[in-house]
Amino acid sequence: MATGKRTVEVELSTTGLDAQGRPQRVPLVTSEDGGVAIAPPPSIEPELTADHMLINLGPQHPATHGVLRLVLELDGETVVRCIPHIGYLHCGFEKIGEYRQYNQIIPWTDREDYLNSIGNNVAFALGAERLWGIDVTERCKVLRVIASELSRIISHLVWLGTTCIDIGAFTPFLWAFQQREYVYNLLEAWVGARLTTSATRVGGMAADIPSGWLDGLKKFIRDFPDTVFEIDRMLTTNAIWVGRTVGLGVMSPDEAVNWGLSGPMLRASGVAYDVRRDFPYLDYETYDFDVPVGTNGDVYDRYLVRMEELRQSVRILEQAIKRLPDGPVNIDDPRVILPPKSKATSEMESMIHHFKQVMEGPRPPVGESYVAVESPKGEKGYYMVSDGTSKPVRWRIRPPSFVNLSAIPKMVEGHLLSDVIAINASIDIVMGEIDR
Amino acid sequence: MTVRFEIVTPGSALKDAPAPASPKEVSQFGEPANPSAAALAERFPMVVERQLVIWGETVVYIPPGSVLEVMQWLHDDPSQRYDYLSDVTAVEYRDFDRPIEVVWHLRSLPYRRFLRVKTQLSKTEPLEVASVWSIWKSADWLERECYDMFGIKFKGHPDLRRILMWEQYREGFPLRKDFPLRGRFSRAEQLRQALAQNPEARYSMEELTVADAFEDLPEDMRARLTSGERTGE
Amino acid sequence: MGLIAPADHKVVSYVPETQEGWVATRLDFLVNWSRANSLWPMPFGTACCAIEFMATAASRFDLARFGMERMSFSPRQADVLICAGRVPFKLAPIIRRIWQQMPQPKWCISMGACASSGGMFDNYAVVQGIDTIIPVDVYVPGCPPRPEGLIHGIRLLQDKVMNERSSDPRIRDEMNPDPSSELYIPPPDINELGEPFGNSVHQNRSAP
Repeated sequence: MATGKRTVEVELSTTGLDAQGRPQRVPLVTSEDGGVAIAPPPSIEPELTADHMLINLGPQHPATHGVLRLVLELDGETVVRCIPHIGYLHCGFEKIGEYRQYNQIIPWTDREDYLNSIGNNVAFALGAERLWGIDVTERCKVLRVIASELSRIISHLVWLGTTCIDIGAFTPFLWAFQQREYVYNLLEAWVGARLTTSATRVGGMAADIPSGWLDGLKKFIRDFPDTVFEIDRMLTTNAIWVGRTVGLGVMSPDEAVNWGLSGPMLRASGVAYDVRRDFPYLDYETYDFDVPVGTNGDVYDRYLVRMEELRQSVRILEQAIKRLPDGPVNIDDPRVILPPKSKATSEMESMIHHFKQVMEGPRPPVGESYVAVESPKGEKGYYMVSDGTSKPVRWRIRPPSFVNLSAIPKMVEGHLLSDVIAINASIDIVMGEIDR
Repeated sequence: MTVRFEIVTPGSALKDAPAPASPKEVSQFGEPANPSAAALAERFPMVVERQLVIWGETVVYIPPGSVLEVMQWLHDDPSQRYDYLSDVTAVEYRDFDRPIEVVWHLRSLPYRRFLRVKTQLSKTEPLEVASVWSIWKSADWLERECYDMFGIKFKGHPDLRRILMWEQYREGFPLRKDFPLRGRFSRAEQLRQALAQNPEARYSMEELTVADAFEDLPEDMRARLTSGERTGE
Repeated sequence: MGLIAPADHKVVSYVPETQEGWVATRLDFLVNWSRANSLWPMPFGTACCAIEFMATAASRFDLARFGMERMSFSPRQADVLICAGRVPFKLAPIIRRIWQQMPQPKWCISMGACASSGGMFDNYAVVQGIDTIIPVDVYVPGCPPRPEGLIHGIRLLQDKVMNERSSDPRIRDEMNPDPSSELYIPPPDINELGEPFGNSVHQNRSAP
């Protein structure tokens, strides 16, 4: 027995790294046998019998990542039920797609998931080319991979910045948006627009990369990992960050698959489904990259998965730059590609061909196609049905955030009101894609 | 550090299969069919109406009455294991006499397969089909959106109400081909109807049961709520 | 075209009876200067323009140098409503409610083509210009407008604020919608730099 001296055991709220150098998880609640029980804290029973409160979060709210309305039934501070309302950004994309030619739909694909504009362009072009059975050139494939990975980087940067603001850290937002400005410079040099790029066309790209563009991309890849490291160092072992994200919004693998989750939401729950790996496109199977998978299914794991995806995207970009072949960027298929201007202005057949393609648009054979890509949010699919005319009969967007968000009532039950914000941020929703 | 979930990798049911590759030079009709199509034809010989392979994707047509049975088998059978419902949508063709097709996109993650199941609903009859919500929860919002845009009722869905347009939207079902692009009403009328929606009044019946406003609701509404009605339409 | 010519506020036409004294004009200047340089925006960001708005607020095109870094997400504490993004009909009563919640003095910037005129969304779901729902002071074209464009719009608004005169009795009137239609009709005299893009209230036919 200690004489006169009392030793008080204080459990540190954060222990930093464990023996293997991995970040230590901070349990919110420990169960009796000392193991970690990732359970939300029990709600404090009020002394007076109080009714449940109905709180309306949104649609105009800084933390709902767009115009999302969450109606929460609260028992004190604990959420008993959550009923999401969407549709506040429904703009009739699918309807308007039936009145536009295939190349004219490309600007609409920019605007639905506006954080992944160029990735959506690539996905739509792949889907449209499937209707013709067209394979694009090797150079175009590598350029599209570069575009998709750049798009993944900028989307995750927005997610990172806005999630940090939601949870309370303001500075990473500025760092992340600074990196986005470098990518914006690159995109602007390539296609002329910063955000809404419309970079692909059926059969190729809108434009080839200008000379010197690859040097700019190499410079970005050299400097970008420093920012990722800085943000990682600030957040990953931070007591506040870990305390606010561990154990929140847990979805088990079976539930996640059944609810149709995809992307980092699904991978954080332990299901290693990545469309680039399992249903590949654009020769992704020939690139050497890892697919990060989490095992706890909570908000912290989703954060770790997305941070790792940033690093893997840089890895893919390095390989893509090395293997970019020379050659034409558009295929030589008269069904979809306009003739070169020099011929169109001098030869009659080319001029007529050009006229028909521009006024009426390329006409695919009767059929349908569904092409899914791995967007930063998850499995993004475009389902197109053609009846032989230049405008699709049906253009369906399979929105990953829509299906991911439908699971939010399940994820927030039992958590506190401020956890709702963190869980909502971790889903990485884009209302433009959800409501279309 | 306790690990909570075991990692599940797609393709776990395939033994010694080659790694998946990007499709190249896909022919329009000549690609090999998904083995599930043959298995379906064998298990439900009277039910499968038609199958085809288009651009490498297998499409199976079934009648509307057998949707739930077929989907349940595709989900449960150990040789099929379609555990992932990617999408539920509908297609209406420009040809007025063609029926509306409801399309399900299914993925089997253990077998790495993709299957499109379609059913045809004639426009002369009420547009109804069984809901697959009981099998895949992802159908929850996907079917609600299909109802909102096409007017197809999914029987067995727990909460079928409009999701993208507001619940009292009167112009119709937007993605139908007889619905004009700019809507049926004039712009001024559309604005008037939109502005007439009181933002505070847009709670569904389900939510109003909770709020303190329950006592303030009109008598008939309270009666309907207590009798279990949930949709706001 | 007209966007290059600066606002000609060196020429002021006045009636002698309303001529203000020196103190009144100095007070006007002080009030307007402090209002213009500390406009607290309420970002009503819906879509892609909201991302460009965030980029304008970030470190490269800093909005803090205009006094606008304090984003007020509560309309009660905001000066200028920046509607960034497309506004569908479902969102229309929300934006009107938010505008009504803002206390005077308040202004509105319609950022982007979709907020100004419906943009590329000429269909059943999108309001063809928010100027029929709330009164707009500055329209910023673009899809999305570059941050420089938004800053130009903010500077135009600052010019407009600097040109307000307290002797004008209608300056802080809450502009009410037309009682019969519940919609706003744009005013008869419009500064050419702030012209609306088409008059969307008069679109009353629905043929495609």
